Amino acid sequence: MTATANHPSTGTPHATTGAPGATSWVPATEAAPDAAAAGAAPAAVVPPAATSSARTRPGMLATEGRPLVRPPAAAHLSDEQVAEIGRELDAIRDAVLAKRGAADAAYIRRVIRAQRVLEIGGRAALLGSRNKVAWVAGTAMLSLAKILENMEIGHNVLHGQWDWMRDPDIHSSTWEWDFVTPARAWQHTHNDLHHRWTNVVGKDNDIGYNLLRMDPDQPWKPGNLGNPLYNAILAPLFEWGIAIYDLELEDFKKGRKSKEAMKSDLKALGLKAAKQFTKDYAATPAAAMLTGSGKQALVGTLTANAVRNLWAHAVIFCGHFPEGTDTFSEEMVEGETRGDWYVRQMIGSANISGSKAMHLMTGNLSHQIEHHLFPDLPSNRYAEVAPQVKDLCRRYGLPYTEGPLLKQVGSTWGKIFRLALPGGAKPARG
Amino acid sequence: MIRLRKLAQAASLFTTPLAPEDFLALLNPIHSTRQLRGVVTRVEAETADSATIHFRPGRGWKAHEAGQWARIGVELDGVRHWRSYSLSAAAGEDPAITVTAVGAVSEALVRDTRPGDVLFLAPPQGDFTLPEHPRPLLMLTAGSGITPVMSMIRTLVPRRRDADVVLIHSARTPESSLFREELAELADQFPNLRLIQRFTATDGRLDLSTPAAVEAICPDWRQRAAYACGPDGFVGAAEALWQAEANGAGLSIERFDTTFAGGAGQDGGVVTFELSDREVEAPGDVPLMEVGEDAGLLVPSGCRMGICHSCLIPLRSGQVRDLRSGEVHGEPGELIQTCVSAAAGPVSLGL
Repeated sequence: MTATANHPSTGTPHATTGAPGATSWVPATEAAPDAAAAGAAPAAVVPPAATSSARTRPGMLATEGRPLVRPPAAAHLSDEQVAEIGRELDAIRDAVLAKRGAADAAYIRRVIRAQRVLEIGGRAALLGSRNKVAWVAGTAMLSLAKILENMEIGHNVLHGQWDWMRDPDIHSSTWEWDFVTPARAWQHTHNDLHHRWTNVVGKDNDIGYNLLRMDPDQPWKPGNLGNPLYNAILAPLFEWGIAIYDLELEDFKKGRKSKEAMKSDLKALGLKAAKQFTKDYAATPAAAMLTGSGKQALVGTLTANAVRNLWAHAVIFCGHFPEGTDTFSEEMVEGETRGDWYVRQMIGSANISGSKAMHLMTGNLSHQIEHHLFPDLPSNRYAEVAPQVKDLCRRYGLPYTEGPLLKQVGSTWGKIFRLALPGGAKPARG
Repeated sequence: MIRLRKLAQAASLFTTPLAPEDFLALLNPIHSTRQLRGVVTRVEAETADSATIHFRPGRGWKAHEAGQWARIGVELDGVRHWRSYSLSAAAGEDPAITVTAVGAVSEALVRDTRPGDVLFLAPPQGDFTLPEHPRPLLMLTAGSGITPVMSMIRTLVPRRRDADVVLIHSARTPESSLFREELAELADQFPNLRLIQRFTATDGRLDLSTPAAVEAICPDWRQRAAYACGPDGFVGAAEALWQAEANGAGLSIERFDTTFAGGAGQDGGVVTFELSDREVEAPGDVPLMEVGEDAGLLVPSGCRMGICHSCLIPLRSGQVRDLRSGEVHGEPGELIQTCVSAAAGPVSLGL
């Protein structure tokens, strides 16, 4: 009787929950219909019946059983060992969940504050960027702000890493980022498709982004000779590349994506791109013209975007492409258990070793392995999980790929050059 | 105002995808039109287990009527929790809630709130309010049920000479009785308030099974507009009395929320899809996504394994079980992952 002795309602039971306008969440008009619409879009993309059973899995993955084929790097493991790996990793996740709390919330808020201060500072300095010191300071601050915003904040918030706080301002369903591709479009290709089908050739289009041949099992075409050139062009324009990639033009051409879905995606992208373009290349330079710094400010914002693009491209290419990461065939995911799914995430991803600052600037994607195991754990927790995952890999004889940034970037470029030519099959693993 | 809006629009050209207010919030934490917030201005201990929290709400709040309640959001260990509290301040004054420490959220509010803290708010609502035209009133309250009635008394008694209020308030002991001194002073000072305090530990409970007890205290009770607020049993007894004696007319009630029983074991429950107007019986081990799909609804979906967060649907009431960890959780307004959540007891969803 006294359990909730100070929570009155209006007399009708559950009155507080009856009116959507009364809930704490984002304005009602946004909360319900949009959530449904956002989900409806991917639903419309579901391919015809022939492949649908493979793309939409009934329920969650089984805890027992085995896939048709286990990847070579994990072929030595028994079903029971794989199940045990699953249980151990679940336990690691549960341990973090039990600790997650006020300190984590304070962390992300601190990063967001710092990012906003940097962004204001950067743009303010660019307003007077006729002065060289102001230009350097402004461009540097804005570059940093954009990198933080995309990597440690945007990417991770959009993964739902901070949804548990129930703060509508820091939530995967409301966040929009300083990146051309609209958040909802990216969430579909990235969170759903890439993270579910990590490195499965034919299912995970992140293997080369429909642009580069990044795996020997992708058939070679003469156009692949341009691999290194395409990549060199992609890097400084990375955000535009991703925006186009998220439109899923392939799916549209093959009739797996409806015209309506395409139209609405194009409209969303057009609107977002216009706003982004206006902010960086019109509004900021126009305001700087007041001090005669218009041109310098424009070069500054262009530079900041390019720096961010180069950095994001480098970090993201180090996630799954360096030497040592595996790709998988569709037989390897047919009948995959939870443990097998975990194994695939670990041997298909690569970490970048480095300092705390480096981890922050990569949005903790330097802990790509941990991120792929637990995509919705808060990023600030990956560092403490990493040694446990590494130890687990050692005990079960699984590769745990990591290396410093330059080495991994070099390895990625090496692969890009090698696969520009036909063949390039992986050396047999011992 | 219009000029301000134009200015904000111009500023948003520079701040997109954020809004100018996201940057202004660096300076002023309650500056947000998206999320209504208030700053705590004063905290007063009432009894050993209760406190009154005064706050200054930001833009978007509307002044409360006496007797209304508001939803208050508090962060506990980084997680936002929402509860509804009656406003105890007089209409026209800065809002205040009086909270009794029962449950984790109330406990934290009573023990840990300090001036300067930020509360999340939803505008006041509720129709447990004073009659439009002056009438003699009879208030029946028990425990913290006095809170909305206190707002009414503070609004009416000192300001309206023609008011005529009889308040019968029950509390367990004098020490645990909210607003005891202030009520006694008001009753002393203003003849338009008659106060009957009952301490149930010594006096026993007010017997509402027959009209006798109320009639003895207030012979003209049938002529008065009556209000009852308190725990379920108390309000239920008042309702039954008015039903039997006056066909249910003339009584307004405010009931405390009954807590949702998170189903024990692996029980499922009835799932209500509110916007689709559909009700389905669901087992305790089937994801709500599948329950909705089986019912023929277009349920947002993605990875179907709990990693992509594209299936989030707001929970309106009830609790869900995370099928991965077995954890039972859920608060009104929480967005839940339907692909890995099953019903734990009756559940209502915003789909």
